[in-house]
Amino acid sequence: MPSSASDLYDVAIVGAGSAGLSGAVTAAELGLSVALLDTSAQVGGQFYRHPEPALGAVRPEALHHDWSAFRSLHRRLESVESSGVTRLAGHHVWAVTRDDADNADAWTVHAVTGADGDGERPVRVRARALLLATGAYERQLPFPGWTLPGVVGAGGAQAMLKSGLVLPGRRVVVAGSGPLLLAVASSLAHAGARVPAVVEASGYLGYARHMRTLAANPHKLAEAAVHGAALLRHGVRVRTRSAVTAVHGRDRVEAVTVSRLDRDWRPVAGTGRRVECDALAVGFGLAPQIELATALGCATRPAKDGTSALALDALQRTSVPGVWAAGETGGVGGAQLAIAEGELAAISIAARLSGRPAATAGGHVRSLRRRRDRMRAFADVMAAAHRPGPGWTRWLDDDTDVCRCEEVTAGRIREAVTDLGARDARTVKLLTRAGMGWCQGRMCGAAVACLAATGGDVPPSAERRPLAVPVTLAALASLAEPNTTPEPTGSDSTDGG
Amino acid sequence: MARTPAELVGARPEPPFEITFDDRTITALPGQSVAAALWGAGILAWRTTRGTGRPRGAFCGIGQCYDCLATINGTPNRRACLVPARPGDAVTTQEGNGHAELSV
Repeated sequence: MPSSASDLYDVAIVGAGSAGLSGAVTAAELGLSVALLDTSAQVGGQFYRHPEPALGAVRPEALHHDWSAFRSLHRRLESVESSGVTRLAGHHVWAVTRDDADNADAWTVHAVTGADGDGERPVRVRARALLLATGAYERQLPFPGWTLPGVVGAGGAQAMLKSGLVLPGRRVVVAGSGPLLLAVASSLAHAGARVPAVVEASGYLGYARHMRTLAANPHKLAEAAVHGAALLRHGVRVRTRSAVTAVHGRDRVEAVTVSRLDRDWRPVAGTGRRVECDALAVGFGLAPQIELATALGCATRPAKDGTSALALDALQRTSVPGVWAAGETGGVGGAQLAIAEGELAAISIAARLSGRPAATAGGHVRSLRRRRDRMRAFADVMAAAHRPGPGWTRWLDDDTDVCRCEEVTAGRIREAVTDLGARDARTVKLLTRAGMGWCQGRMCGAAVACLAATGGDVPPSAERRPLAVPVTLAALASLAEPNTTPEPTGSDSTDGG
Repeated sequence: MARTPAELVGARPEPPFEITFDDRTITALPGQSVAAALWGAGILAWRTTRGTGRPRGAFCGIGQCYDCLATINGTPNRRACLVPARPGDAVTTQEGNGHAELSV
């Protein structure tokens, strides 16, 4: 296995969630050397995020659906970790570059360890193939009061609960759109929070038009039934075609206003009802995290939920030779789909590196592809059902901060569009600084793109940013230095329980 | 039925320790992030914004939004949701960009 920066791994995998983990163990079992990089100290990604061993969780599975799938991947990782997989935990990857011409078929992954003021150090990893399994982040749409402390991402509340065993409040309204809301509400209720309401902007009728796809995915229906039953048991009411249109409180959440929406997500005047709560967990689905891929020139496709996803072929290849992707990067579809795609990608990579394309023609690959296609079809139904309607911009007032980092209000963005002629998110950014802050537009990007397009219903353009995460100038300067050898992370014994 | 997250997962954590937030002493559990320890003490805001001085805390919970920036042991701009809490940590409310002492 490579042990210094000048050595070459067969494959570098960015992201150790469901897709990356599945890809890593499959690739190693096929005899490839693997570098597995992730920002977290743990493997499992966001879906299988779990408490650190020191928290002594005896039943981490109580906060998870399908924990056994993760345990199985983790066991396989432990058995290949000494031979095939170099785990690089706590590595924030900020760019991938193609190697110089004399080494045409190699990639260099640039990362920093010890981020956030903890002895930041640059690291470079070289590999013959690249598998991007960077997952997704939560899509947010702003509304009056959404910057008040106590308003947290729905996925954020879930993440803090899964890893830190904490809640943002005692009475938590869950709002936004997408299947994650039911999972979050049921986790919060299980963990002791009162959930006065789940507020879903879409109707669920969108699913009913696709009965055949639903029937072909019984495991997904079972998952929904589990969450639905849990919500019933906890007396949680789900209000569809509704949204939180105002948050009340001076320095923290005291209540929210829930309004009815019409078909296009336009709030219906006079329908606002106040719901007392001390926290609000909100999210409008997930958006694929594809900055590293788009910076390499990988083609994207508009997904049915209005996000941009990577365009992938039947064997998980991006449009750039040597670069594969799996999981949410190719369109949001959940952990089981990600596990299937990670395996498929690894088999495809092994076939390519060994020069034996026939290795992807067997019955196992055919069955993996069928499962993948079936789950992708379900993901498309979900995506279409929860695509934001163009009317959501009507619940903004001019004072609502759209860009949380730079504190740019909806009024200033509208001014840039109507008075100054901006027609896209990039021009709005240059005029107002919206999307120019620390988060690099992840929180406001979808909203700014809609406001810039004025109609409200335009898929956001794929962002191209040369750096995927903020890095220090020192890390950039180190590009010229040779000594940036990775130090592998050992597997801790209780990880994955 | 579980009444707390810790009960739900049957947590048997290692002994708790203390950290400070501004003038308060709060209890953290080993393995928690600074943000989780603050939430555990009912604290939701530990930063004020550069422009309007409004309070902020953890939002995305996974290191993406940078809203949870805190000054930890004198170093500003650390993502509280990613930084593990350690015994004796001094967390202070970060005002603006956290570099007020450098302004001219």
